[in-house]
Amino acid sequence: MKALIALLVRDMRLAVRLGGGAPMGVLFFLTVVVLVPFALGPDLALLRRIGPAILWLGALLASLLALDRLFAADYEDGSLDLILMSSVPLELTVAVKGIAHWLTTGLPLVVAVPVLALFLGLDPWPMAAVALTLLVGTPALTFIGLVGAALAVTLRRGGLILAILVLPLTIPVLIFGVAAANTAIVGPVSFGAPFTILCGLTLISFVIGPFAAAAALRHLE
Amino acid sequence: MPVMDLANPSRFLILVERVLPWLAAVTVCVLAVGLYQALLVAPDDYQQGATVKIMFIHVPSAWLAMFCWAVMSVAALGTLVWRHPLADVAAKAAAPLGAAFTFLCLLTGSLWGRPMWGAYWVWDGRLTSVLVLFLMYLAVLALWRTVEDPSRAARAVAILTLVGAVNLPIIKFSVDWWATLHQPASVLRMGAPTIHSSILVPLLIMGVAFMLLFLTLHLAAMRNEILRRRVRTLRLMQAQAGA
Amino acid sequence: MQLGPYAGFIIAAYLATFGVVAALIGWIIADHRAQKRTLDDLEARGFGRRSASREVA
Repeated sequence: MKALIALLVRDMRLAVRLGGGAPMGVLFFLTVVVLVPFALGPDLALLRRIGPAILWLGALLASLLALDRLFAADYEDGSLDLILMSSVPLELTVAVKGIAHWLTTGLPLVVAVPVLALFLGLDPWPMAAVALTLLVGTPALTFIGLVGAALAVTLRRGGLILAILVLPLTIPVLIFGVAAANTAIVGPVSFGAPFTILCGLTLISFVIGPFAAAAALRHLE
Repeated sequence: MPVMDLANPSRFLILVERVLPWLAAVTVCVLAVGLYQALLVAPDDYQQGATVKIMFIHVPSAWLAMFCWAVMSVAALGTLVWRHPLADVAAKAAAPLGAAFTFLCLLTGSLWGRPMWGAYWVWDGRLTSVLVLFLMYLAVLALWRTVEDPSRAARAVAILTLVGAVNLPIIKFSVDWWATLHQPASVLRMGAPTIHSSILVPLLIMGVAFMLLFLTLHLAAMRNEILRRRVRTLRLMQAQAGA
Repeated sequence: MQLGPYAGFIIAAYLATFGVVAALIGWIIADHRAQKRTLDDLEARGFGRRSASREVA
């Protein structure tokens, strides 16, 4: 247990440093969201309509960005071997790394939503809906991404193939996340239905992610 | 890496050499019958006219697209649970075939859609699910090519295949749900609600024909893959002897 | 065989299928020939399979 907490703290400290994923993730999120009006034009009504979708896409890409280094950094400096050899169940270790990744990459995205919502002209309730769906959905993105990160660990240009592996698997999360957020704007469906399914997807990812990622890491040699 | 004792695959090769010609011949016969039925015997649909004939290749392609992922999943279990060398080979041989039939499904569906709905592509639930399946086949193919060592590649792909298999029902469900949310402007109908036997029979024959085609291609591709692995092993020996 | 007003689409669909299947068959046959050629070449250079060398001994 102490080992797991130590791992959590270590990962978070590494991520928060300038070379880690945390500051980059939020900056990338900001950049993407700012780029969209340049592509679409300043029509605030349009931006308000598609705001939740833009925020979700930005969050998805930003999460993906930081996954690249999740296991690769440990692989390069040898700590991955130590992790594999330890007596702590690998699934737990992987899950803890996932939690660390989410705390340093996913959670800041959620915190950034109110600011970015301003740029997209979102009203308070849609903004809150987006923030809530991202709060529940970004862990799913992280944990699904664990599988891709583990599979791509030893590959050169791992980041690219990581995206190819992970993105199709995150489509359900994206669909239900945006749908739930959108109910605050257009409203044929109640918030509860897609949101509950989103929660379910996240819970499923908590199980599949660590198990599949651990299996992938074990089969590295 | 020690040279693998290829005893089992050798027996498999002998079996394939014997079976393949007959299998190919049967496939050609059933395909011929199916095509004759589909093109010349089957009547036109009262709604779609002759374009219903596209269904006779579109639907079997869709069946194969999904069946092939099932084959890859079973092979993945063989790789991870039993470390069976033939499982690796079966998975690798199936991937390009599955991708090809998924592509065909999308292409023929698009060609069917243009006369039917007036558009080459619509974000219909079924088309979108198959598109995502196609992306997943491409991901598998990319992973096969990126990992050098064949056994390591097989294990990595096996995990991705199984995760994909678990995800496929989830993806199908979410895409269907999403499609009903975003109702397209026109009403979509995928052909008559009940299939008359005059159309069902050619469809089933073509289905069997495609299945036989897949079996033939798969066995032939597995044979090639086994030979490829032998070449690799011998080349490694050659490199070591040369050094 | 009456193909109706959308004959082009029907023909295109069947041609595409034929093309893709032919390409698959072609690739498999060409791959087979290439592997066989390489194996025979390696055998000629003395790098046979273990079972082959056992027969010689």
